[in-house]
Amino acid sequence: MDEPAISVTGLAKSYGEIEAVCGIDFEVARGETFGFLGPNGAGKSTTINMLCTLARPTSGSARVAGFDVVAERDRVRRNIGLVFQDTTLDNYLTAEQNLRLHAELYGMPRETIAPRMKTVQEMLQLWERRDSLVGTFSGGMKRRLEIARGLLHSPRVLFLDEPTIGLDPQTRSSIWSYISSLGREQDITIFLTTHYMDEAEYCDRIAIIDRGKIVVLDTPEALKASVGKDRVQIHTDDDEATIAALRERFGIEARMAEGVVTFGVAEGEQFVPRLFDEWDPAHPPIRSVSVARPSLDDVFMSYTGSTIRDAEAGSTDMMRNMARMMSR
Amino acid sequence: MATESTVPPTPAALASGSGSAPAHEIPGLHVPSRSVRGELRAIRAVWRRELIRFSRDRLRILTSLVQPFLFLFVLGTGLSTLVSSSTHGVSFRTFIYPGVLCMAVMFTAMFSAASIVWDREFGFLREMMVAPVRRSSIVLGKCFGGATVAGFQGVIVMAIGPLVGVHYTLGLALEIFALQLLLAFSITAFGMMAAARVTQMQSFMALMQMAMMPMFFLSGALFPVNKLPAWLGVLNRIDPLTYAVDPMRRAVFAHLDIAPLARRALDPGVTWWGWHVPGLLEAAVVAILGLVMLAVAIAEFSSVE
Repeated sequence: MDEPAISVTGLAKSYGEIEAVCGIDFEVARGETFGFLGPNGAGKSTTINMLCTLARPTSGSARVAGFDVVAERDRVRRNIGLVFQDTTLDNYLTAEQNLRLHAELYGMPRETIAPRMKTVQEMLQLWERRDSLVGTFSGGMKRRLEIARGLLHSPRVLFLDEPTIGLDPQTRSSIWSYISSLGREQDITIFLTTHYMDEAEYCDRIAIIDRGKIVVLDTPEALKASVGKDRVQIHTDDDEATIAALRERFGIEARMAEGVVTFGVAEGEQFVPRLFDEWDPAHPPIRSVSVARPSLDDVFMSYTGSTIRDAEAGSTDMMRNMARMMSR
Repeated sequence: MATESTVPPTPAALASGSGSAPAHEIPGLHVPSRSVRGELRAIRAVWRRELIRFSRDRLRILTSLVQPFLFLFVLGTGLSTLVSSSTHGVSFRTFIYPGVLCMAVMFTAMFSAASIVWDREFGFLREMMVAPVRRSSIVLGKCFGGATVAGFQGVIVMAIGPLVGVHYTLGLALEIFALQLLLAFSITAFGMMAAARVTQMQSFMALMQMAMMPMFFLSGALFPVNKLPAWLGVLNRIDPLTYAVDPMRRAVFAHLDIAPLARRALDPGVTWWGWHVPGLLEAAVVAILGLVMLAVAIAEFSSVE
């Protein structure tokens, strides 16, 4: 019986009037790769900051690696590795100097520093560039170095806040291959946040967070199965009339998502011929139809009522306000 | 909870009411708990980073020497024709040399403190703030680093002493160097205190300029501090830098071979209501101010989440 790597009860954080996280509960088992999925401003970073002891919860409690994040702050810090959204490397030091400084700050025993530095640098394929100034590194290399540094002191939980943000697709997938191999080979618990749906697929379990609340938590497969419907999108010249027509003739409640009339049906491919058969010439002519298997986007949509991109557009103002408050 | 039963709770854990902590030390976990040694290592690591960065920045070493040279050789030479009648045969350059020693240290220390504003801007401050060490260790490491770097800069200005008629003995060199380190430490602490609050580089530099220039001009680096008009005398005695310049000048003038009259005129010493403040007390003033500002800086950085 292992105690979970992370357990959270009733965790909440407000900044003045704004409730960034409103009482969440979850557990992450040891060795699990756990994803926090949600639009910007949903409370992902605030949650990760509380778990990393960087922000004090307004109420509730959390234990990470067996230690309380408020009462045993240093013990938590010693047992976690952190990779932040924004780079926290010193560009004027070499990769090795950055790592060595980290090792000293974390009080690693001297004899373990050199071999461990070699291990993590080889693991993330940085060994060749160990004596280069970090300022000369590409974005992907910097991110890899940060992951290497996060792993240097052998943490039991690795926190990754938007590990691939701002990277090109190729680099993103290579970062992900490193992260996945970590979970398999290193017996390390990984907690990450992302707002890329495709990346959430790599996680063992994901929690969808929206407006400071966890709306659903399960494996990606189970979540997709729970939607049980294919997603159909119809382009016409008159969205209003199309939605009305769908309601009258097919009894389907469609809605606008990403500017397109969207709805879910159990068997999408069989629905399309029926759609054209029964489409009244008086209705606006259909320009195109697309059918998609349920994806995490649909999961997100069915639980939150909007796509993640729409949710982001709506929460941008709130996020700006929060960013302003937090940076004082 | 099952894991708890395998390890008997320690008395400390029982007392604190949290029995779970000791059960989780798994083998292969490398990071030891917080200790004095750990804090010292952290201080040294932060200190060493300052030195590495300074040694990379040759341009900074050069540019920070420009100002002392301007004051010493341009202003000093230019004004010496004007003031030669009242310097009792002592070169004006020699007279302002102790003040220029202070200035070199002061501006370098200020730039060192400014680096923490950069660290915040480029994110590296966060890496240091989340480390499982006391914030005071980070601040101390930064201050020692700033003092060391500024001390090194001071040594370069010390080396030009013979050009303005100041020839060092070992004792004098040590005395000057110690004073420089002390001043550099206090100025860095001052800068750190400001940097805790002022997070924008432009504002920080503006604030520093606003503080540094009056401090330098009021300190008596460029004029003797007796026989001043009352208002200037008061401002001079309030200026902390006065208490760094004065002992520096005393040390230099004690080693010059000049007439007692000239010494009295050019190196009158700071007085409080007619009482001559001893050099050791002046150094203590600088040290105490530095420690107070350091304490404020530590408190400020510790209270940030």
